[in-house]
Amino acid sequence: MTKIPVTLTHNGAERAAFADPGQNLLDFIRRGLGDLSPKYGCGQGSCGACTVTIDGETRLACLTLAETVEGCDVRTAAGLGQGATLDPLQQAFMDHFAAQCGYCTPGMLVSARALLDRNPNPTREEVVEAISGNLCRCTGYDPIIDAILSLAGRKASA
Amino acid sequence: MSDRRSDRNGFEMRKDLFADERDDDLNEIGKRIRRQDIEGHVTGRSPFYDDHLFDGLLHIRCVRSPHHHARIRRIDTSEADRMEGVVRIVTGRDVPVNLNTLLSLLDFGLDDEPLLSEGKVAYRGEPVAAVIARTEAQARAATRTVRVDWEVLPHVLDVEEALKPGAPTVNETYPGNAFVYHGKYDHQKLRYGDVDRALAEADHVIEGRYQMSPIEQAPIETCGAIAAQEQNGRYVCYTGTQALFFSLGTASKLLELPSSRLHFIGGTVGGGFGGKVDSIHEPLAILGTMLTGQPCKSQWDREEEMQVGAPRGAERWYLTDGVMNDGRIVARKFTGYFDSGAYTRLTSYAVIKCAGHLPGPYTIPNVHADVYCVYTNRTPATAMRGFGITGVDFAIEAHMDKVAETVGLHPVELRILNAYRDGDMKAHRRLAKNCALVECCQVAAQKAGLRLSPDMLAASSKTGGGGPRAELPAHTATDQNGLVEGFSSGSYARKGGAPASPAIVATLPPGASAPASRPAAPAPEPKDPAPRPDAPRADTSPPARKPARSGAMRFSSLSGFRRR
Amino acid sequence: MTRVETVATTAEAARILSDGAAYLGGGTMLMRAVNAGTAPPRLVRTADPVLRAVSARGDTVTVGAGVTMARILAEPQLDFLHPVARAVGSPQIRNMATVGGNLFAPHPYGDFAVALLALGARARMAGAGGTRPLDDLLRDRDRPGGLVEAVEIPRPPARAFRFHKVSRVKPRGVSVISIAVLAPSPGGKLAGVRVAYGAMGPTPLRAAAVERVLEGGRLDQAARERAVAVAAEGLDPPTDALASGWYRGEVAGVHLGRLLARMEEGR
Repeated sequence: MTKIPVTLTHNGAERAAFADPGQNLLDFIRRGLGDLSPKYGCGQGSCGACTVTIDGETRLACLTLAETVEGCDVRTAAGLGQGATLDPLQQAFMDHFAAQCGYCTPGMLVSARALLDRNPNPTREEVVEAISGNLCRCTGYDPIIDAILSLAGRKASA
Repeated sequence: MSDRRSDRNGFEMRKDLFADERDDDLNEIGKRIRRQDIEGHVTGRSPFYDDHLFDGLLHIRCVRSPHHHARIRRIDTSEADRMEGVVRIVTGRDVPVNLNTLLSLLDFGLDDEPLLSEGKVAYRGEPVAAVIARTEAQARAATRTVRVDWEVLPHVLDVEEALKPGAPTVNETYPGNAFVYHGKYDHQKLRYGDVDRALAEADHVIEGRYQMSPIEQAPIETCGAIAAQEQNGRYVCYTGTQALFFSLGTASKLLELPSSRLHFIGGTVGGGFGGKVDSIHEPLAILGTMLTGQPCKSQWDREEEMQVGAPRGAERWYLTDGVMNDGRIVARKFTGYFDSGAYTRLTSYAVIKCAGHLPGPYTIPNVHADVYCVYTNRTPATAMRGFGITGVDFAIEAHMDKVAETVGLHPVELRILNAYRDGDMKAHRRLAKNCALVECCQVAAQKAGLRLSPDMLAASSKTGGGGPRAELPAHTATDQNGLVEGFSSGSYARKGGAPASPAIVATLPPGASAPASRPAAPAPEPKDPAPRPDAPRADTSPPARKPARSGAMRFSSLSGFRRR
Repeated sequence: MTRVETVATTAEAARILSDGAAYLGGGTMLMRAVNAGTAPPRLVRTADPVLRAVSARGDTVTVGAGVTMARILAEPQLDFLHPVARAVGSPQIRNMATVGGNLFAPHPYGDFAVALLALGARARMAGAGGTRPLDDLLRDRDRPGGLVEAVEIPRPPARAFRFHKVSRVKPRGVSVISIAVLAPSPGGKLAGVRVAYGAMGPTPLRAAAVERVLEGGRLDQAARERAVAVAAEGLDPPTDALASGWYRGEVAGVHLGRLLARMEEGR
């Protein structure tokens, strides 16, 4: 099978790996780059568990062809925080019990971080809208919304 | 009302109720705590089963039935065998013990379901072969080239239709399309008092029919497992199962491997809600590894999760209440049909749980229930949050509203009037303790701005119960309706109480061969690097040798019946 | 297995399409098929800047087929389309889904195309394909005969255009029905009324009977009642997991009536 070389920035680091023809970005990030934080939930853009940012915009990795991110800046939940220091958003999720099974959490964090970077002082309605593409089947939306809102008005972090 | 704690979601801690019954020394309840696994969740490092990388991981995808019910004449894998990336195609012949029922581990029910079907299929999406390939895309492509010669059979999708004479037999293990309880009846009975007499003497007889569709658990993480070889002939299996040792036991049975050769790692589950107990992926992934010598993953995609992932089953209920003019319910009669789909899985047990729950949280002196676990050509049903209880509770509470309307009482008042009180005898012959329905109704009424009568406000779960209400009925009417022949209560795992193999042979669909007559191990292709298990099959199912016990009683510790 | 060709221009892409390839735009539909293994083996894409262009001339706004819903929301000159773009998918989907792709989105998707149909937009085809009314393109969209490069959208008069999407899940859910109404009333009488539905047929389609009863009159209660009465006339709405065809037919008038009432009140 022909392999396609892909070079990209992944969570701030230059990376290169081979993609299979037709391989989606989710599989490429997980198996090609070894970053297991984006999750497979549907493969059809319904659940948001694979949410990543590409050049600063939230996208669904399962609906993105891996070879099309050549030269792009791709970020995932694993890239939040710095070393051992958690992103304040991760800390807020911990403080607010904003996860049950944890499977939707990485995608939820990426959507929430993108919101706060764009709009550091969102309303509750804006938070709901921002995470509307991330399904949580444990029905933990309220603590998640509370966690995100707890950072409203704070300066966006790196 | 002191010491209440409310949060924005409406959750409220009420310590004023039953204050004398509790030691107010709770360390966790009502306090905010941190989950022990949450740091892994927020950093994306929690190890879900699919988060284990293996070099050379192979992917398993199943060939599935497009029909509700069909005989398999022939499976032709010749084209698929030649597809790019295909390593091995697995059929039922490769499964060492290709017939199982989940609860056989608890000696409850007869083996009725293959891992990969050989003789026939009984629901749409039933797997008949599994392709193992280097990439998921290759496995998908190859499944489309497997040719199955189907002989389509008539199907039945409705529980009551399935029980009529002449209905197609869905599940040959139970030719009447109903699970057999206690080796005797085609339904689970509950008899308490004399319902027919009480109905005849009641002021009102109120009937109702209720039903609930199947409900998919829909975890965000789809079901799956990854298996790989360990040292010393052991297999490691990373799984999303909710029931690790249950899945291990099931894999041990299907694969004829002593459980000491299976190393199961789980505990991080991406949402289960009851739906991750069916133990399908673990044996399949391990079998793939046994046959190929390479790590294998079996994982449903979302469409499979929705179509073949076992839901909470459908239920249909008929209720008849005998009610006096003052609102007292004196008799309640149920006929219930649980739609098990094509195989038993856990529905047999859901029915037992259900029967123990009837007639709901009310003290009714005459109760009668016939509850059926019915086979239809639908996706098999399994566990989901409170299964066995949820559907009938919907029926009961909808019916309570209907009763309230008939006798002219407010629905809340009807419930307080009939609520069980401490010391009351319940239909399953245990005394009610720590009841709280009256208080729940009073608080709910207050929250809703509903003004209750002084009698209703004064009611308490702690008074008015016991005494004559603690007595068993003087007479309980019994019957032998639904008696079936040819089954034994001696051991559920063996039809007729006879040794397993001959009885099971008789129940296999035409065209299938008996498990016992198969080679003890899968054919070594390309080569099976694992040593063969030493123990012959008959020695690997000790539960079948246990002495007979009552089917209902043995589940009490699992079903949530409280013994307080 | 899937092979992707990247070409410089839309004209080249259109040529490759005619050989049975599929066009990869935002990927929100085609990648589902790629993941399911049902996509054509040959995909084509292009970074031709014409696909990303947004420009206005007179009363017509031209929007490149590769413009995303998020980009629509960021364009002040497309404010009349903001409520429509906001109704499409989730934030992630809106960062990916394109105007051109929406024209080909199968039921129950394609809400943006519903609005474009009501607005009387035209599709500009790549190469020498010229322009076609969306009515024509949508009618035989299984055989589009080329690649849509841009849509030309007549800007509606103030307060003359309204869009409403009904879904069971909020803020994000697919359509039980979506309705777009263009009801200009130059000189007090309705003229050039166009009403389009989504999720009421295999493609976005016009509600001809509603347009007929509204045309030439005033937007008042009597007109509204006439429109509601014929809301589903001549339509055969599909049944899916969200709603039965019968239900869609029954509620179409209710939602159309509410939308017209809001237009009437200028809300």
